[in-house]
Amino acid sequence: MSRLQTRFAELKQQNRAALVTFVTAGDPGYDASLAILKGLPKAGADVIELGMPFTDPMADGPAIQLANIRALAAKQDLRKTLQMVREFRKDDQSTPLVLMGYFNPIHKFGVDNFIAEAKEAGVDGLIVVDLPPEHNVDLCDPAQAAGIDFIRLTTPTTDDKRLPKVLNGSSGFVYYVSVAGVTGAGSATLEHVEAAVARLRRHTDLPISIGFGIRTPEHAATIARLADGVVVGSALIDQIEKADNSEDAVNGVLQLCSELAEGVRSARR
Amino acid sequence: MTSFRSGPDATGLFGSFGGQYVAETLMPLIHDLADEYEKAKQDPEFAKELAYFQRDYVGRPSPLYFAERLTEHCGGAKIYLKREELNHTGAHKINNCIGQILLARRMGKKRIIAETGAGMHGVATATVAARFGLDCVIYMGTTDIDRQQANVFRMKLLGATVIPVTAGTGTLKDAMNEALRDWVTNVDSTFYLIGTVAGPHPYPAMVRDFQAVIGKETRDQLQDQEGRLPDSLVACIGGGSNAMGLFHPFLDDNSVEIIGVEAAGYGIETGKHAASLNGGVPGVLHGNRTFLLQDDDGQIIDAHSISAGLDYPGIGPEHAWLHDIGRVQYTSVTDDEALEAFHSCCRLEGIIPALESAHALAEVFKRAPSLPKDHLMVVNLSGRGDKDMQTVMHHMAETVNQQEKTA
Repeated sequence: MSRLQTRFAELKQQNRAALVTFVTAGDPGYDASLAILKGLPKAGADVIELGMPFTDPMADGPAIQLANIRALAAKQDLRKTLQMVREFRKDDQSTPLVLMGYFNPIHKFGVDNFIAEAKEAGVDGLIVVDLPPEHNVDLCDPAQAAGIDFIRLTTPTTDDKRLPKVLNGSSGFVYYVSVAGVTGAGSATLEHVEAAVARLRRHTDLPISIGFGIRTPEHAATIARLADGVVVGSALIDQIEKADNSEDAVNGVLQLCSELAEGVRSARR
Repeated sequence: MTSFRSGPDATGLFGSFGGQYVAETLMPLIHDLADEYEKAKQDPEFAKELAYFQRDYVGRPSPLYFAERLTEHCGGAKIYLKREELNHTGAHKINNCIGQILLARRMGKKRIIAETGAGMHGVATATVAARFGLDCVIYMGTTDIDRQQANVFRMKLLGATVIPVTAGTGTLKDAMNEALRDWVTNVDSTFYLIGTVAGPHPYPAMVRDFQAVIGKETRDQLQDQEGRLPDSLVACIGGGSNAMGLFHPFLDDNSVEIIGVEAAGYGIETGKHAASLNGGVPGVLHGNRTFLLQDDDGQIIDAHSISAGLDYPGIGPEHAWLHDIGRVQYTSVTDDEALEAFHSCCRLEGIIPALESAHALAEVFKRAPSLPKDHLMVVNLSGRGDKDMQTVMHHMAETVNQQEKTA
């Protein structure tokens, strides 16, 4: 079993949802970012999404755009991001780690090289925003052949006709983007999320994680009652934005992560 | 013979270029758009409506003008100018806007968004949105807003909301990111009216088809005036819509030499340029795989050109393919060469060209003198230069300053 399968199976037995956290690699700098990454599991993150910085994050809102700018200004690149994963894996063999970003840096790195290095570094899955199933051959197929999960985004615009196409070839979990919009934007109504989860369950047995616009422990708890995973990104990254120094950034992210984890854990008690 | 005019394939690829590299939220929308465009192409009513607006609203056909003084000055090839700058709104951009707005109306969309660089596409979009009574939001980088204030004012006069984009260098690429973010947020109401032959399929093919009226007219007009095909075609390239519009109807005519001119900015060797084919490598951005200016990590490098309309780090995927297979030759022209051509065109022909089109003219000045007098060369004069007064004045003042300093 893959780390993602194992983790979601364990949590199902514990009858609780996963807290899935997103931070951008290299934000606000390599060392602080690595400290955040290493601290997240202890602060209650069950699955980690690590953003690969890109100059043109077209599907991201202001918070993650700024995170990309900070990381790139601190000279983060894909090589260093893979190095961060290697360093993380020295102490942590169980927390699933998913790389998330846009295709161009991977394309430039070379797809075969990237897959080989990601596998060796201990990457469990990939989320590539601008690779819909129409482009499976570009990365999804070879990644899965190498044993790396390819996690799909499904959205409010993905209708029943299209859903099988999107889910076919998905593995690890399904990421439901609960609002049509950029990351960090307003959140969906509970009714919408309930209906969306029910619809997805008709089409897939994969765990379903919900993201976009989830900012507080209370909100996380609400979603955790409905779904298998709760994704939080922009709210964590805002902690870095408002920190005065690297130490405050690390502490801010991990503190909020602990609170969110408590919210998720309390949800079904 | 295999045709160079049959692309893209069903998945939107020209060779290995093009495609549909967008977020899942947008995929259903671009499939809908592709379906609706296919239907419209088969519909004689759509063709009739398009022809009506092209004639009575845009002012087509645009003249194919024999540039006698330019020809005498160069002393070689016989130079014709395709006068796209005489269209309503002053550039070729409206050809595409009229087509897409009719499509938006068919699809029942109430709100139009667009990105703009020099502002010509923004003005053309605001114009057709006003004509059809639709809400219009234009994204424009702050650098471009500073250098194209007259166009910003025009858009506002036409009732559009202009949203300044501060991200990146505040140019066309950043405006396009922001337009995509708007589209992904307002999926139900909004039609994204892309201004060039780039973006996810079907945009590159659709925009090309709407612009191909340029090449079709040129073909007929030259037949009337000279009784034959041209020997060469020259057009400038940012995203590449005016060039593709001129080139496409001639791609299968082997005798026609086709030259696209990229913006070399301060010179390709300086790294400060906008020449994606001559100074970039393949990558994926804004929905398509194409040549891009990027660093070793795949991060996009900001383009530079004196001409806001060419200031983009990518190029339409069909151009990338035509470059790859060698059917079209892609050269480049620096800021200084374009400015020189700009001044010459003003003085010789009494036509103030857009700085974009001045890049094509600069290539003509390089080529025409050594060609025989019976060589027929057609240049796309894609836009007029009124919008560039500020930039040119600024540059002339700077040149004077530098001369004084060195004197």
